[in-house]
Amino acid sequence: MERIAVVGVAQTPYERRKREQTYYDMVYDVTRRALEDAGYSLDDIDNVITISNDFWDGRTISSMAVQEAAGAHDKNVSTVEGDGTFGAFYGAMRVLAGFRTTLVVAHSKGSEGDPRFITNGMFDPIYHRPLGIDAIASAALQASAYMSRFGATEEQFALVSVKNHGNAKRNPHAQLPMDLTVEDVMRSRKIADPLKLLDCSPVSDGAAALVIASESAAKRARTRPVWIKGIAHCAEAYFLGDRDLANPLALKEAARKAYGMAGITDPRKEIHVVELYDAFSYMEPLWLEGMGFCEAGQGVRITEMGTTAMGGEMPVNPSGGVLSAHPVMVAGLARIIEAVLQLRGEAGARQVEGARTALAHGINGPCGQSHCVWILGGE
Amino acid sequence: MCVDLGRGVRDIMARRVAIVGTGQTHHRSQRRDVNGREMIREAVMRALEDCELTIRDIDAIVIGNMDHFESINYVDTWSIEGSGGYMRPIMKVTTGGTTGTTVAIAGYYHVASGLFDRVLAIGWEKNSESDTTGAIITCSDPIWDRFSYSGAIPSLATEATAYMAQYGATQEDAARVAVRERTHAANNPYAHLTRPITIKDVMESPMLSYPIKLLDVCPRTDGACAVVFAAEGVAEKICPKPAWVRACSVRHSYTWFGDVDYDIGLLSLERASREAYREAGIRSPADDFDVAELYLPYSFAGLKWIEVLGFCKPGEGPRFVWDGHTDMGGKIPMNPSGGVMSTNCIGATGLLRVAEAAIQIMGKAQKRQVPDAKTALATGFGGCWWSDVVILSAQKP
Repeated sequence: MERIAVVGVAQTPYERRKREQTYYDMVYDVTRRALEDAGYSLDDIDNVITISNDFWDGRTISSMAVQEAAGAHDKNVSTVEGDGTFGAFYGAMRVLAGFRTTLVVAHSKGSEGDPRFITNGMFDPIYHRPLGIDAIASAALQASAYMSRFGATEEQFALVSVKNHGNAKRNPHAQLPMDLTVEDVMRSRKIADPLKLLDCSPVSDGAAALVIASESAAKRARTRPVWIKGIAHCAEAYFLGDRDLANPLALKEAARKAYGMAGITDPRKEIHVVELYDAFSYMEPLWLEGMGFCEAGQGVRITEMGTTAMGGEMPVNPSGGVLSAHPVMVAGLARIIEAVLQLRGEAGARQVEGARTALAHGINGPCGQSHCVWILGGE
Repeated sequence: MCVDLGRGVRDIMARRVAIVGTGQTHHRSQRRDVNGREMIREAVMRALEDCELTIRDIDAIVIGNMDHFESINYVDTWSIEGSGGYMRPIMKVTTGGTTGTTVAIAGYYHVASGLFDRVLAIGWEKNSESDTTGAIITCSDPIWDRFSYSGAIPSLATEATAYMAQYGATQEDAARVAVRERTHAANNPYAHLTRPITIKDVMESPMLSYPIKLLDVCPRTDGACAVVFAAEGVAEKICPKPAWVRACSVRHSYTWFGDVDYDIGLLSLERASREAYREAGIRSPADDFDVAELYLPYSFAGLKWIEVLGFCKPGEGPRFVWDGHTDMGGKIPMNPSGGVMSTNCIGATGLLRVAEAAIQIMGKAQKRQVPDAKTALATGFGGCWWSDVVILSAQKP
């Protein structure tokens, strides 16, 4: 793969409700700030990828609202409907195909929608929707499958929540920095067995943007470039009943391909920090297994051992992860941005010392039906 | 603080990309016999058969439609059984009416990036399951213009009226375009509306919004289209006459319908086409193109937008069309497929333009074939007066 890099990033603080801003206001803010970060003017941007979803925005052609705010006027532009990692993937492809710089921008105002109704819309309209299944109910099925397969416990999942909300205290953008104990999580309100309130991510408002550049354009950016070493995505079967929910097949394939591109043979040794899509506490250990950081069923074990904690061998979600802020569509882009900040050494209080290679990850569809894996490097 | 990157030089050489196979459903107003996934599968299987590949040969998939028409969220992951995305990369792109060309252009970039050799691009819509206008209205700002000036027809009616006032064009001139589209559709076995119509039929059809009448506008259709893109070195082995992508250009500039200057017309098409012409070395569109598949959602576009594209001078659209230049056998046949006014499965509509242009280059258009077509233009229209332009050629760029 040709050398391409992330040279500019910006994100809003993530909040329960941003009353004072429309989503195009947020998009304008992060677009401007990502350009400032890169030291580029809008004229330096060749093309733009916006990321939005008509269901979450309550607006058909949801990209229509943000074209001007994203600086796309009179530029080549396209719109990806999916998590930010997928939008950034298209942005990266466009640089590989000859554009010098792609601006990628995502927004979400979960506060203005009905997440249960919106995520119910992912499911088959005839057989499954009438059951009332949504993102949370399907995740509960996946958590149960994981527990019954490997004997993982609710307390072990709770540890993830404790760790990530604790990490969020060092991230000024996070929505839910919290001092929690396992007991707090265990005693929180039951949402869908075995998931309790503190096992679930919030629904957030926010936006994020990044600039991807070719090697020569990257040299002229103000920032230290963070190189895109490997990118891959993959989807598996649609019907939950057709899937083995405790075995993230699509993630394994995406990780295998991304590692291959990046020349990574031993991810546990070669990757220093991970930002992954933990929409629910159990997802973090399950995704770590899919990424090959440990054997199947051992994800909860390495969490218990402190491997994934700040100061551990391989910190996972130093930002607090999606559990601490979940602007849908934006969340994966935020993972890439957090990885970039780590590799630049600009992650402030949440900096992982000596991080040279990072993994960022996003998902689409119910229970991580589709995964996108990014390997980023500071050198 | 800002740095100057200079302009016009590309760092990374894009790989050359060609279309090697296309497939489409037999488009109908209502496909009760299939669900969305099954309809998508029909188009996918036909595209794969067309280039003698199987789904195992496909490295990645890109799909598009409009969420609110079928009310399916996350269509990429929902579609897997129809699109063939099991254990493959699949992503969704959506930009309203331009979705189909957006899908095609994304298919191109997938391959041009060097990451994938064979990519399947899919557009589809099952309008019979939707309240199409009810959904389109929500494209506009919920406070300022959703209840006054939104949806497909109002801005088009404004443009048509301005055009008539500027150049003295008549409703009959526009009707001539509608008649051409329907006449051409009779040659296309996949087209939705194939019953021939006369200028009198158009003039007597119910008025929707002056001067647009029922037969001046596109229908809503159930249908899907799939196109296979392949990289140089791979394409030639798959297809004896690949349709090479010479240029892709996009302008989605406006957000507010009130910002559009309807006297100028489709500025986005002017900008996108000129950029694409430069890239493909097109100097005189009427001479350099052999065939055009244009996203003409209503008849007046067949007058004004062909001027915008440079096929004739401003105000000369009606003369150009009446003289038969855009008919089959004319100087530059437009929409041999029957175009959007004969078939409009919205998420597929733009992709059908690209597919039909490719079919012409590949020489597979049968009764609708323009003899010896070597260079073809395809366009997309949608959103808030947005345009996409794709140029295909028998000649490798």
